[in-house]
Amino acid sequence: MGPLVVNEIISENTNLFLAFLIGIGFGLVLESSGFSSSRKLAGVFYGYDTVVLKVFFTAAITAMVGLLFMSLFGWIDLDMLFVNPTYLSSAIIGGVVMGAGFIMGGFCPGTSFCGAAIGKIDAMVFVGGLFLGVLLFSETFSLWDKLYMAAFKGSPKISESLGLSDGLFALLLVAIAAGMFFVAEWAEKKFPREEY
Amino acid sequence: MEKTRKDHSRKYLNPYLGGLLLGLVLLAANYIAGRGLGASGAIKSVIVAATDVVAPAHVQKNAFYNDYKKEHPNPLKNWLVFEMAGVLVGGFVSGALWGRLKLKVEHSPKITSRRRLIFAAIGGILFGFGSQLGRGCTSGAALSGMAVLSLGGFITMAAIFGTAYALAYFFRKNWI
Repeated sequence: MGPLVVNEIISENTNLFLAFLIGIGFGLVLESSGFSSSRKLAGVFYGYDTVVLKVFFTAAITAMVGLLFMSLFGWIDLDMLFVNPTYLSSAIIGGVVMGAGFIMGGFCPGTSFCGAAIGKIDAMVFVGGLFLGVLLFSETFSLWDKLYMAAFKGSPKISESLGLSDGLFALLLVAIAAGMFFVAEWAEKKFPREEY
Repeated sequence: MEKTRKDHSRKYLNPYLGGLLLGLVLLAANYIAGRGLGASGAIKSVIVAATDVVAPAHVQKNAFYNDYKKEHPNPLKNWLVFEMAGVLVGGFVSGALWGRLKLKVEHSPKITSRRRLIFAAIGGILFGFGSQLGRGCTSGAALSGMAVLSLGGFITMAAIFGTAYALAYFFRKNWI
């Protein structure tokens, strides 16, 4: 039963090797979906190309529904998965800073590595910026440590917070995603760009 | 004109198929390693490892470095570092297969390369900084968090995309 490494079915070194293979899959999918292009990525914020929204939400609901079914079949123990802890203040403020970086830089960290891998110089500069930004946060950590630790909520599930079962929440999110895909298709027709 | 658009879209995977495949990769990560995908965490590992080589005493003094070092005695022998090395390989292979390997600055014809690079640098710095404050980026916090129904993942996702939409108007010249 999964997760394999937590249940000691595979060794720590095998896990690292598989991480490399998973990364190759991650990179292949991102690049072939067009995530190595900042102009394609930024399109989601202006409506001319909504590939980010489609890929991102299809992936999220695929993995979410997949995990629920695998748990139902007894293939994976969901309680052993890493669930990011929720620190409300830093999750919001960190997200706001990242959002500003996204619209200015046109990449997020994973996609910038893909862009850099195929020779996009703007992506390489973005990656350089990432290293500087991480270093800057680390070096000035004493200024932010209160904010970093504030409003700790444990590792709650959104379904629990809303008082819904996991399955019902998943169904709702699939419906919301379908609605967003409909709007995305409409937006691409309304704000077309021929060449970018 | 219609032809240009078709040629363009044919070079890329159908986005829903791409999303399905990405979801399966994320599912595999959870099944094998009990964790989701990530990107910014690998950068943090490299920064901590490099700082530890250049200034080990400094790592001892800084709580952010030190906590990480305690949990990961060898910061480079890390799941995310191996995964991101794979991303570089996978991205390169895909670019080679589709004929997209080319050194260039991609930018809107309305702006200069220089302007594009300046904004890429500022954006990278902000994203790097925010990813540490927010404990993960679009991959680690938002996408992987959403897959395991993490409340924090949904909040970070909404904050990233909400802010980018809110600011899109002010940076429109860079893109459209």
